[in-house]
Amino acid sequence: MTRLRLGGAVVPVFASLGFVFLLVPIAYTVLFSFNDAGKTNLVWRGFTLDAWRNPCGAPRVCAALVGSLQVGLVSTLVATALGALLAVGLARARFRGRGAVNLLVFLPMATPEVVLGAALLTQFLSLRLPLGFGTVVVAHVMFCLSFVVVAVKARVATLDPALEQAAADLYATPWQAFWKVTFPLLLPGIGAAALLAFSLSFDDFIVTNFTSGGFTTFPKFVYVSATRGIPPQANVISSAMFVLALLVVVVVHVVSRARRPR
Amino acid sequence: MSVATALQRPGGAPGAAAGRPAPPGGAGSGHRRLIVPGVLYLLVFFVLPVGVLLATSFYARVPGGELGEFEPALRWQNYPEALAQFWPQLLRSFGFAAAATVAALLVGYPMAYVIAVRARGRPALQGLLVVLVVAPFFTSFILRTIAWKQILSDDGRVVGALRWLHVLPPDGRLSATSAAVVVGLTYSFLPFMVLPLFASLERLDPRLLEAGADLYATPLTTFRRVTLPLSAPGVVAGTLLTFIPAVGDYVNSSLLGNNTTTVMIGQVVDARFFRVLDYPTAAALSVVLMVSILVLVTAYVRRAGTEELV
Repeated sequence: MTRLRLGGAVVPVFASLGFVFLLVPIAYTVLFSFNDAGKTNLVWRGFTLDAWRNPCGAPRVCAALVGSLQVGLVSTLVATALGALLAVGLARARFRGRGAVNLLVFLPMATPEVVLGAALLTQFLSLRLPLGFGTVVVAHVMFCLSFVVVAVKARVATLDPALEQAAADLYATPWQAFWKVTFPLLLPGIGAAALLAFSLSFDDFIVTNFTSGGFTTFPKFVYVSATRGIPPQANVISSAMFVLALLVVVVVHVVSRARRPR
Repeated sequence: MSVATALQRPGGAPGAAAGRPAPPGGAGSGHRRLIVPGVLYLLVFFVLPVGVLLATSFYARVPGGELGEFEPALRWQNYPEALAQFWPQLLRSFGFAAAATVAALLVGYPMAYVIAVRARGRPALQGLLVVLVVAPFFTSFILRTIAWKQILSDDGRVVGALRWLHVLPPDGRLSATSAAVVVGLTYSFLPFMVLPLFASLERLDPRLLEAGADLYATPLTTFRRVTLPLSAPGVVAGTLLTFIPAVGDYVNSSLLGNNTTTVMIGQVVDARFFRVLDYPTAAALSVVLMVSILVLVTAYVRRAGTEELV
């Protein structure tokens, strides 16, 4: 019995250490948004609210943030639309080549970002497309698409196909059946997939670095300034996004709880 | 839909059994049309670029041309030349990624176990712990990597403690070492390990653990013979989701490593493209990376699926 009790304590202790490991760097990121930073913001030099009072105070940091938000919003819209349709089609239709389509969706997720970025770059170069906002969006839609498909497919699997057959019996066209029956039921799953796509796009560095040319996103700004010193404003923006994301999670949780039938 | 209509057409064409004209095309073909835009997108912006990458890897330098000028060719020598020059970085990437994957499994398994089994029946605690696991995604990946640079710095507490414990020699350091890169990689992809482990452990029936204890198995034996095999799908998914991005990552190795002994293949590909404008070598290395990952993943999934883990 002592062994059982020992094991009972050891596992949570190890798990807690794991959570500390996971959270300490976040604490650093937030803490150093309050640092009276010198040139590099790597060493603690004292508490100040300067960076929070003036979040756009560092050159180009807010332009980079706006760039990331624009790319994130457009890519999320396109990837979610394409991915949700693809997920419904894959989950419901029976056709030859279904395995091939599943593989096509899986492969981008099994490919390291550096290969995705390199492949897109060679394509853009061979088409002589100028790199910038457009090429970044094209790239982000591509790598977000598969994740949207996986997330929405999981939701489609929980739907009763009889609902769509009922719509078909009532002479709804497949499109009407989709928009009036399937889509509203899938909406929570599609919303979750969109949030996932946005967070993937917003935080992406490697694919962006390959496809952006002179266009700067927030992660690219931070990476490029790492050699010279990251302004504390970058930490302010990242901390604010963190709080915002937590709020979204809490609100979604509360709303979904309130809606759940008891 | 009434039970009667459902019974009238077991799997038949919708509406046909009831003597009505079938809706045009039927539901199946309508669904088939839904996949067209997404499939086209992936063909044009995933399959085609990989094809262009493959073609680029065989390009040859234009004789007497400027830097970065290449012409279509079938110069297979690009591959042996690239490998002869960059095999250490390629091997190192797989080594670092493997080390980080094992470390993430060791750190992540207790976390997933506590969330899924110990916190079972307490949805509020479970929800909170899952949010903590995904919390890193809410802040910038690169700023978190910079935080590791600060945590592992020479005058930081971690290095101080390790020196005091004689784990590190008095002048030992972690910054700009392989250890720092592996710590960074482990950290970066840990949530991708924990989430699938959690998903598979959540389905674990606690009565099986009780049964193990009833049959006089020690907790360790119960874990080895019951829990671990039943969480195998989570282990496979988690290790893949950690290993694949870790092999290609170069944010950790360039921010936490040095310029010689920790360089990973992603850094080489990036530098070949943007600093040296040597597209064929960069493309050849990318192709080698993609193919070796696909071969490794296929072999791993086969092996895990047939012998060890089921």
